[in-house]
Amino acid sequence: MTAPLFDRLREQLSPGEAGQEGQPDAATPVVCRGVQHGVLVFALTPDRLLPVARRLRDEFGFDLFLDVTAVDWPGQALRFEVVHHFYSTTDKVRVRLKMRVAEQDPTVDSLTALYGAAGYMERECHDMYGIVFRGNPDLRPILLYEGFVGHPLRKDYPKQKEQPLVPYLPPQGALVR
Amino acid sequence: MYGKRLPIVDTGAVVGAGQPGQREKPATFEYLTTRKDELVGWARKFSLFPYPFVTACCAMEFMAVSASQYDTDRFGAALPRFSPRQADLLMVVGTVTQKQAPILLKVYEQMCEPKWVMAFGVCASTGGFYQNYASLPGIDRIIPVDIYVPGCPPRPEMVIDGITRLQEKIANGRHPIINERF
Repeated sequence: MTAPLFDRLREQLSPGEAGQEGQPDAATPVVCRGVQHGVLVFALTPDRLLPVARRLRDEFGFDLFLDVTAVDWPGQALRFEVVHHFYSTTDKVRVRLKMRVAEQDPTVDSLTALYGAAGYMERECHDMYGIVFRGNPDLRPILLYEGFVGHPLRKDYPKQKEQPLVPYLPPQGALVR
Repeated sequence: MYGKRLPIVDTGAVVGAGQPGQREKPATFEYLTTRKDELVGWARKFSLFPYPFVTACCAMEFMAVSASQYDTDRFGAALPRFSPRQADLLMVVGTVTQKQAPILLKVYEQMCEPKWVMAFGVCASTGGFYQNYASLPGIDRIIPVDIYVPGCPPRPEMVIDGITRLQEKIANGRHPIINERF
């Protein structure tokens, strides 16, 4: 039932063959990875994010911005994979966009101009992974606090490292009897 | 003092019963002897005003133990005060994050003496299974704790047991408002 819209998306956004595995590059900036778990997946280069998201919203009716998050692949050349999810409340289907950015310059465009809801989620992603969203006017910490060093969901953040705001007391035993 | 009795001295004197012009004297509560610490502790232990610092899922268990089924009112710890300035028992119910630690410390400092702290649930006691960047590993890292009630969440019976043990501690404790002028 969702196939016609998915076929249209596939033809319009990524004219190539569906289910490709290769990374997008300058020649083929948008690669369709096919339908995974009921979600149509596109991999694209970061510079294509804004035009593709704008087309999704204006031409295909993806009016709800669900989430933006990231995946850390330590050791790979393009270390971070930024993942966007969109939902169409009329067709009730989801689309996922993935793009890879390097550790030295983890920057993608902000979608706050298209979706107001993107603001908070980009702040969270910036907290947790250190992705910089170019164009987001307010990237202050949202879940973390001022003064927190590092990005806790990166794989190289020590699992049990604490950064307390209140100095700890020496350990005390139970005082009852 | 929990389980003990105040020594009530019964004079038992019935003077001139039935005689004209004489009155019967009541036989009990003419006077009693106790220690001052014990008296003040006895008063304090049954008038705990809890401040629920409720942050996480243990709140459901706190509601259960406060509601009529288990009813902490029976033990004199019923009326939650939603201002720390009016409370003397700080119940920290749930996980406290590093970001929340300054708030908890401020609430604790706003409470007037005497004050007691109960760590309700394993997260407040030790951090529980959270050992990461976000959680405080037990509220005793920042404020002194009088009683720990572990459990995820604790059963209402455990909470009631904790309250009665805290009352026992209060009753047996020193109460330094007692000085040579009283």
